[in-house]
Order: sequence, then C-alpha cells, then structure tokens
Amino acid sequence: MSQKADSKREWPLWEVFIRSKAGLDHKHAGSLHAADADMAIENARDVYTRRMEGISIWVVESKYIHASDPGDAEILYEPANDKIYRHPTFYNLPDELTHM
Amino acid sequence: MTVHSFQEHFDEKMDKDQAIEAKDWMPDDYRKTLIRQIAQHAHSEIVGMLPEGNWITRAPNLRRKAILLAKVQDEAGHGLYLYSAAESLGISRDDMMEQLHSGKQKYSSIFNYPTISWADMGAVGWLVDGAAIMNQVPLCRTSYGPYARAMVRICKEESFHQRQGYEIMLTLANGTEMQKKMAQDSLNRWWWPSLMMFGPPDADSPHTEQSMRWRIKRFTNDELRQRFVDVTVEQARILGLTIPDKDLKWNEATGHYDFGTPDWNEFYNILKGNGPCNKERLDVRRKAWEEGQWVREAALAYSDKRRQRKEKKAA
Repeated sequence: MSQKADSKREWPLWEVFIRSKAGLDHKHAGSLHAADADMAIENARDVYTRRMEGISIWVVESKYIHASDPGDAEILYEPANDKIYRHPTFYNLPDELTHM
Repeated sequence: MTVHSFQEHFDEKMDKDQAIEAKDWMPDDYRKTLIRQIAQHAHSEIVGMLPEGNWITRAPNLRRKAILLAKVQDEAGHGLYLYSAAESLGISRDDMMEQLHSGKQKYSSIFNYPTISWADMGAVGWLVDGAAIMNQVPLCRTSYGPYARAMVRICKEESFHQRQGYEIMLTLANGTEMQKKMAQDSLNRWWWPSLMMFGPPDADSPHTEQSMRWRIKRFTNDELRQRFVDVTVEQARILGLTIPDKDLKWNEATGHYDFGTPDWNEFYNILKGNGPCNKERLDVRRKAWEEGQWVREAALAYSDKRRQRKEKKAA
C-alpha cells in the first residue's frame, strides 16, 4: 500500500438514474465520480437535480453495468424487423368496426 | 468486419444524421478531436467560475449574491457533465486535469480577462454567456451522443445566466450617471473579447470543414459571430448603451450588421499565455488541485475502511 499508488487512484465512476416524479421510471441522467455510494448520491443531488429534476436517485458503479455490443445490433434487433404482424396496424379490418 | 467497413458504417451514420455512442467504432481523429473539444469546453466552465467567484462576497445585495452563487454552481455542474462526456471517449479525469495544468489542453481565452467592476458580472452574463449560448445551441445536435446530451442540459441552464446578466446591466443602465458609466465601461471592455469567442475568421480556421462534416461544429465561426452581432445590437439599444465599434452599421443589402475587425493579435497573444490573467487562472486551478489531494485520498481511505469493516462483519 504505497502512498504513490494511492495518489494515482481516482474516485470510481458512477452512473446516475433519476425518477423525475412519482409514477415514472428512473432514467439515466449522466455519470460522476465519488468515493462511495453515499457520496455519489449527494453529488448526484448537486449535479443533476439543481432544478427539481427529480424526487429519487439511483446510483450504480459504472463497472457493474453490462452492455450489449453495438457490433451485435444486427443479430439482436434485426429479427424483429420482419415480424410486423406483431403490430396492431398489420391487420386489415373493415372501417365500420369500432371499439377495437 | 474490416477497418474499411467500420469506416463505411461510420460514414453512413454521419450522412444519415445518426448519433455515435461511446461503444461504437469511430475513427481515431474523430475521437481525438472530440476529446480536445469537449475537454476544452469543460475546462472553460471550470476556469470560468473564477472571474465570477471574484464577486460573490462583494455582490451588492443578498438577491444578487444568491443568484451569482447559483450561477457559479451551475458552471461547476456544466464542467462535470462535460468531463463525463469526454471520459466516455477513453481519457481519465485526472489526465484532463494534468493536461489543463500543463497547458496542453486549453480553455476559452475570454476567462483571461479580469472582472474589475460589479458591472462586469452583468456584461459577462449578457455577452460572454450570450456568445457561449450561440456557440452551444447548435451542439445540442452534435453527432456524439454523450456530448449532445450534456449540451442539451447545459443550454437549458445557460438561459438563466444570460438573463440575470442582462438584468444587472438594465439596472445599472437605468441607475445613476455613475452606474450607467460603469455599465458602458464594462460593455467597452467585453465587446471585442466576446466577438473573439467564436474563434478566428473562417479563412484562418483550417479544421472547420472536417468538423462540420463530423457534426461537431454546425456553423462556421464567422456565421455565428454575425448572428451574435445581429441580435446583440438590439439588446444594447434597449439598454441605451453604445457598442464600441465605429464601423457598426446596418447593411440593407445583406440584411445584417457590418462590423469592425477584432484585434486578432491580442487573441493569439492571449492564446499563447500572455493575457492579463492567464497565469493567475492556472495558478489558482493548480493550487486547488494540489491542496485538494489529501481530501481525495482521505475519502478513498474512508470508503476502503468502511467496506473492509462490512466484509469482516459479513464473514
């Protein structure tokens, strides 16, 4: 545990998610550095909710986020393209039909 | 995929006005240019806190003091949004700090001018933030997603900055003869530096074309400068103040104002480090960084200790 190694260590990066009002999802707002979760929430309050942008904050250390590979986009999302019968507008029904 | 097809894919996204995200493939030059631009922008927000911080304890009343505090806190926030956006491109926060302190990365030259009277808080908000907004609004649609999202947040908040500055000018301009003189003096000193904020003339701005293609710049320096002059002349008229440019004249044919040429020698000289406050600004930043070192270390040590205690308890 050398002094040198310590001074080169950065505070870890956190991702911040904010619920803007009761009933809505938490949404990604941005990221910030903090030494621990408590500090991350305090910093998120100061950095991302200075104008009543939220009523609840989640923070997750960025290294715990697992993301899909953009290179896999085709394999992952393309198959949905040719299944337009999943959308209600796919079906041709008479105009006089109501409540459907 | 070969590098060639990665490049084609990237070009296609540029052509279709699609966003690039942190994990997407991007050309090295695009990454480097973005890091330089975003870091410079972030540093400008942080160094930009200094000329205004200068007046917090001397604001003329509590209302102005609370507003100025909130504004300076916003600048800190803007710096943080932008640092995060730059970090998503693979540079660390500490690296950016080091490069600011060594002079390798720059910040906007405007902050190398001193704020010598309270009226400067008005002129900085009105003109400097006004010019910044003009520069920044088009960047809300820039190609790099994290940068664009940071800019959207920033632009929403900057509008208050400009309006509070204009309000200070309005109060002074409608005040005593002395106050009006202060306001005019401040406009005289900040006008030309504000015009320089848009960067050198297009003819001397070699990277403009590439940056426009990448959508990290959406209008040229001269286009934005013209737009700024056109809207600001009217704002000065409402204040009853005079813009210090004898060549300023409405041009019926172009539908724009003609205006004089800023002193580009002064601009390049400040860029080289020879402005009135270059040394002071960097010294203050370095000092804050060095004297904050023990706080950063202590916070880490505290969180390590708490984690170890928790693990021991669990075991």
